Amino acid sequence: MTMHEDALLRASSRGGWDRRTLLKTFGAGAVAMAGIPLLSACTGGSAPASGGAKTATFGSGSSDEVPKAAYKAVTDAFQKKSGIAVTTNVVAHNDFQNKINTYLQGSPDDSFTWFAGYRMQYYAGKGLLAPIDDVWEKVGGNYSDALKKASTGADGKMYLIPNYNYPWGFFYRKSLWTEKGYTVPTTFDELKALATKMKADGLIPIEFADKDGWPAMGTFDYLNMRLNGYQFHMDLTAHRESWDQKKVSDVFDTWKALLPFQNPNALGMTWQDSAKSLADKKSGMYLLGSFLTQQYTDKAIADDIDFFPFPEVAVEGQDAIEAPIDGLLLSKKGGQNQAARDFLAYVGTPEGQDVYASVDSSNIATAKGADTSKFTPLNKKLAEAISGAKNISQFFDRDALPAMANNVMIPALQSFIKDGNVDVKNLEAQAKSLYAAQ
Amino acid sequence: MSVSTNPSARGRKAAAAPARRVRRLSGRDKVVLGLMVGIPTLIQLVLVWIPTLMSVGLSFTRWNGLELTDIKPAGVENYQFIAQDYPPFWPAMQHNVLWLAFLALVATPLGLLLAVLLDQNIRGTRIYQSIFFAPVMLSLALIGIIWQLFYNRDSGLLNFLLGTAGTPQAVDWFGDSSVNIWAALFAATWRHAGYVMILYLAGLKGVDPTLREAAQIDGANAVQTFFQVVFPAMRPVNVIIIVITVIESLRAFDIVYVINRGTNGLELISALVIQNLVGEGQVIGIGSALAVILLVISLIPITFYLSRAFGKDKEA
Repeated sequence: MTMHEDALLRASSRGGWDRRTLLKTFGAGAVAMAGIPLLSACTGGSAPASGGAKTATFGSGSSDEVPKAAYKAVTDAFQKKSGIAVTTNVVAHNDFQNKINTYLQGSPDDSFTWFAGYRMQYYAGKGLLAPIDDVWEKVGGNYSDALKKASTGADGKMYLIPNYNYPWGFFYRKSLWTEKGYTVPTTFDELKALATKMKADGLIPIEFADKDGWPAMGTFDYLNMRLNGYQFHMDLTAHRESWDQKKVSDVFDTWKALLPFQNPNALGMTWQDSAKSLADKKSGMYLLGSFLTQQYTDKAIADDIDFFPFPEVAVEGQDAIEAPIDGLLLSKKGGQNQAARDFLAYVGTPEGQDVYASVDSSNIATAKGADTSKFTPLNKKLAEAISGAKNISQFFDRDALPAMANNVMIPALQSFIKDGNVDVKNLEAQAKSLYAAQ
Repeated sequence: MSVSTNPSARGRKAAAAPARRVRRLSGRDKVVLGLMVGIPTLIQLVLVWIPTLMSVGLSFTRWNGLELTDIKPAGVENYQFIAQDYPPFWPAMQHNVLWLAFLALVATPLGLLLAVLLDQNIRGTRIYQSIFFAPVMLSLALIGIIWQLFYNRDSGLLNFLLGTAGTPQAVDWFGDSSVNIWAALFAATWRHAGYVMILYLAGLKGVDPTLREAAQIDGANAVQTFFQVVFPAMRPVNVIIIVITVIESLRAFDIVYVINRGTNGLELISALVIQNLVGEGQVIGIGSALAVILLVISLIPITFYLSRAFGKDKEA
């Protein structure tokens, strides 16, 4: 989902985009257009007949100002280059995600924004998406193996063209660390030693917020991948592995060693509260997605933020990284429209991604060769962390059945944070019922 | 004898005559009446009864929300799951009961008290009425902001007044699962009392002043007058208030939802229904089963109210 996505989009809409510039760019037309996608969403859309036509439709859930403008720039640049007109239907991102079922079964647009993970594979398995192996033949060279793996359906065919992603990891203030002489930990023991030191220095070692429920999934995912490996994470979230086993309880047992170092007030805090606490140097480090940095509008603080990947625990070193990928899919109907395939291919080129990033610079472009000259040192580091990873996970709420993430994991993690107890037998019982209903 | 019965017979005749005229409906009248009854019935059917019956039906199935052919019968499995495997369900039931008890014992009497005080023709009574009623009219988002300002752990008014803001002793009103339900109940009282107050104010205005005078002449003091004369005289309002209090406690939703979407100590049935039916965490079978459970519980006060209302019609 979506919950963290939601937070990200909200944050990015607050990012550096000047409202006036936007209005100048679009003029009043943007206002008039805003009503159209809503109407077409109601009637199920009246997209023009495809097939040979030199037009394509594009459904976008990126409804906030910055991403919306960025996609507009992409479709404009594509039209200039290829002569194919892409009509964009923007739907408010929450609605878009919540109504994806009806959207895909009605008359969806040829291409639409979505993300890698369980739900992409699920809809692909239901035959609602068109495979795009031919597009991947053209642009596949632009992507790393990890991205390729994340774009593949359960049937081995390709479905997603990644546009951008944002990694999860530890963020900290460089000046605080230099002052106190802290060094970046690469193993779990070093992390614990560092946290102990920070606690002695009167800091909250690991900033943590879980009032909204989803941020704690990041800690769970990383500990799971570092203890049991990337494949186990994928199998567990797809429920090919049982929750009622030692491997899972080991994750929680290991986490218990970290709990005393995490902010004890996490359950009453949002990630924005935690971001402030990190900025105020009340806490030493914070495990979150890179959207965290969008909170720091003060340049002095933003430039003082640094990143390190989650330390090694037991297996696979630091090979896997949690970096949710956003990109474009082709609906079943759109699969017959060559123009839509060309559009996806364009988004899969460094050129297309540069156009996007020129407007929305808060994320990391996925294609190799995309322009990194405008990156801040931190963004460069984030990009390297992703390109160096052998495996990319999508965050629990995208890799797992959304009902499992929302209805089961959130209460389970919150009660674990509260008293350190978790009932893996019950987790398995719930998982069984929910996955069976799909 | 005949003289004395005559006027009443004539009176009966006069009363019956217009009734007979109403029975003679023209074709146009029939169409109009048909439309007036038919359209609301149709709306009621489409918006209330059909969805209700469909929910009941779906609560015995498993469905992923895609093709209709994907609907699989599941018997009572969804109900079994809710009762046995779904951890938030029983806390939610308890919280709903607590909610009901709190509204009935604290919020409703408070509303009554406010109404009685404001009924005394004190100066500026309309201003007070508006102030107490304002929370009922506020939007969800605004309520969220107001209570955030009040309860926030580090910068909230409450911890500031307690002198604990910014210290480790500060009470985490939203995050601590042993206190957040009380914080939410306080916020709910703030709304509910205003609502009850307005209804009772109307009720008090409707009480015949001669009743009070009679009670005073009989030597009753103010408390006796209120509890033994005025309060029983407001019986129709009391029934409505009871039903409203029960229903408000069953559909309590907005306040917990703005705090943390009804998790971590704030589980309520209505919040669970929303979580399971709307949005990405959608599990249609389980969500429908939860909705049916809520419906069955709601039927109790509704039946109570309807039997009272119709029973009284028959009496009259």
